[in-house]
Amino acid sequence: MSQNKTAVSGSFRDKVRNLSDTNLLLTITIVAFFLMYIGAVLFQGEGFLKPQSFFNILNSQAALIVLACGLTLVMINGSIDISVGGVTALVSMCCAVYLDFHGGNLVVSLLIALGIGLAFGIFQGFLVAYLDIQPFIVTLAGMFFARGMTTIVNTKPFNVAHEGFNELKMTRVKIPGLGSTNRIGVYVDAYVEIGVVVALLIVIALFCVLRWTKLGRSFYAVGGNKQSALMLGINVKRTKFIAHLMCGLLAGIGGYIYFLHVGSGSATHAVGAEMDAIASSIIGGTMLTGGVGNIVGTLFGVMSLGTIQNIVASAGLDEAWWIGITRAAMLCLFLVIQSLVVVRKKKSKG
Amino acid sequence: MTMNSVAKKQNNSSILMRIVKNQCFIPLAALFILIIFNLVADPTFFQILLEKNSAGNNVLNGPLITILDNGSELAILAIGMTLVTAASGGQDISVGAAVAIAGSVILRVISGGETYPETLHSPVIVAFLVCVVVAMLFGAFNGILVAFFKIQPMIATLILYTAGRSIAAWINNNELPVINEPSFAYYGTYIPGIPIPTPFFIMVICVVIIALLLKFTNLRLYTEAVGINESSSRLNGLNPAFIKVMSFVILGVCVAVVGLIKVSRFSTINYSVIAKDIEMDAILAVALGGNALSGGKFNMVASIIGAYVIQFLITTLYRFNVQSDALPAYKAVVIIILVVISAPSVKEWFSGLTKKLMKKEVA
Repeated sequence: MSQNKTAVSGSFRDKVRNLSDTNLLLTITIVAFFLMYIGAVLFQGEGFLKPQSFFNILNSQAALIVLACGLTLVMINGSIDISVGGVTALVSMCCAVYLDFHGGNLVVSLLIALGIGLAFGIFQGFLVAYLDIQPFIVTLAGMFFARGMTTIVNTKPFNVAHEGFNELKMTRVKIPGLGSTNRIGVYVDAYVEIGVVVALLIVIALFCVLRWTKLGRSFYAVGGNKQSALMLGINVKRTKFIAHLMCGLLAGIGGYIYFLHVGSGSATHAVGAEMDAIASSIIGGTMLTGGVGNIVGTLFGVMSLGTIQNIVASAGLDEAWWIGITRAAMLCLFLVIQSLVVVRKKKSKG
Repeated sequence: MTMNSVAKKQNNSSILMRIVKNQCFIPLAALFILIIFNLVADPTFFQILLEKNSAGNNVLNGPLITILDNGSELAILAIGMTLVTAASGGQDISVGAAVAIAGSVILRVISGGETYPETLHSPVIVAFLVCVVVAMLFGAFNGILVAFFKIQPMIATLILYTAGRSIAAWINNNELPVINEPSFAYYGTYIPGIPIPTPFFIMVICVVIIALLLKFTNLRLYTEAVGINESSSRLNGLNPAFIKVMSFVILGVCVAVVGLIKVSRFSTINYSVIAKDIEMDAILAVALGGNALSGGKFNMVASIIGAYVIQFLITTLYRFNVQSDALPAYKAVVIIILVVISAPSVKEWFSGLTKKLMKKEVA
């Protein structure tokens, strides 16, 4: 009855009401990001208008994009993974030690990164999905283990001096037509690092998986309602396991991208990255209760966090605490919006 | 085999089962294993010496005293965390950051904004009360997000987790006040003439207060009711939102107490290091105590024992020259073993196995 009515009238209000939670939250995130960016351009001057300053945000946040994608997957499943920051540090340290002390080659270092991520994913996924242990506790142990192992592998932070690695690190993908003239009047092409390309490819791939594959749809089903997913004939345990496995693998890839960006190994790398990744997913419209979320939103969530960091820095509020407080305020705002969205849905249903 | 011995055996096993089923069993068993391990590896672990400390007092010294001293902070936080877990079915991950805020407030009030104050600008008790109020307000903030906006506790407290240490630095204008007054250090170290560390007494006071509250008020009943089924507790006339907020406020009081102990111990503060990762240990204490992290029934004693077991483990590892940064790796192994043992499916498998063995023996 009510559906017929909205189809006939089709006013803007009804259109908003008919959006699914996922799409509504996604819209809010994208609008908020553009408003923020436009505001930054208006109040902070021309700096933000240069394409390169936008690409720089991408360059520094590429690893976080990949980590947040992994978290989005497990959060859609109604689970959580807080070990990704630790895995990132462990991957950086192991690859750095391998490349620098043992003079290894790049392909093997990449395999090490993937192997570590996969191992964490499989182990945690097994405990969470098949033994039914709380994901928070399992991945907390994972985080502790990864952080501890990083120190055991090597205590002191150091820079990697491997030639092939540094070549790869400095490789820049030029983007024609978006360059700008620098202070001495030379035209410089805008560029992104390799990590950004990989991260964006992963975003596109996961977007397709979530939207059009059976696996992706069963992620949403399991997160939305375990019981009905089971009745639909979905293998709930296996789906959860795969989500954790993918998250672990993405943490390995994200760790390598992080390593490629900073070019060093240290036990204090990516401290708190798991919380940043969770925050990005939430800002991107993924709900921790499961069943609601979007990879594109996550991308915008990460970019929003990066942008706010740049705004705070360029506004001259360079005291360290401002970044923490503004990020928290932003997270708070989005959480409240989400909760209001849920209340609105319940009301319109009832 | 005679009938008599079979009956005796069954009786024995039922007593054994009752002990094993008790919620305090897992933390106590873990404690027992740690004690045995230390006895075998290095019996000097249990040595307690009466020594003069730097302040010239005769104080007890030894690993066990260290456990009593440092474990008390964790036990106090575990009290609050148990209530929050039971009522809201989630955990507060902001307690470390909140301890930083609480400590910062105490130092701000006592130092009056100076970095090296000559005298205390206000009595410690006033500073503590201000800090309790502030910590309760932050607890209420978390609680309101959880109870009224229906945000998952872990995510709601992520806000304060992100901002807490920044706020703590901002309160003192990023200065690190140093208090030289010896009487300020009593709360975190020793009171002259008493050889046992003060935090232990503070913990005892907290435990007595919470025990009286649980015994003589409806706190336990209401908290468990809300944790088990929020809707039905509302239908029974409770106010779930209020009870959730209250559990967070009680945790706030615990945080304030720990903040006082922490800043008193060092007479100063380091915003990025103070109480680092203590939230994880507090949650672990609750889990180790066999309490369901999804809320509902809880056992306060088991949580407190859990807190001391964790401190016991940490102190043991330090004795074996494990670096403080490498400590988490060992902790993780212990956590995994514990959760796997207590996982329902593993338990079922175990009990099936023992039944099979028993049958074989009887046959």
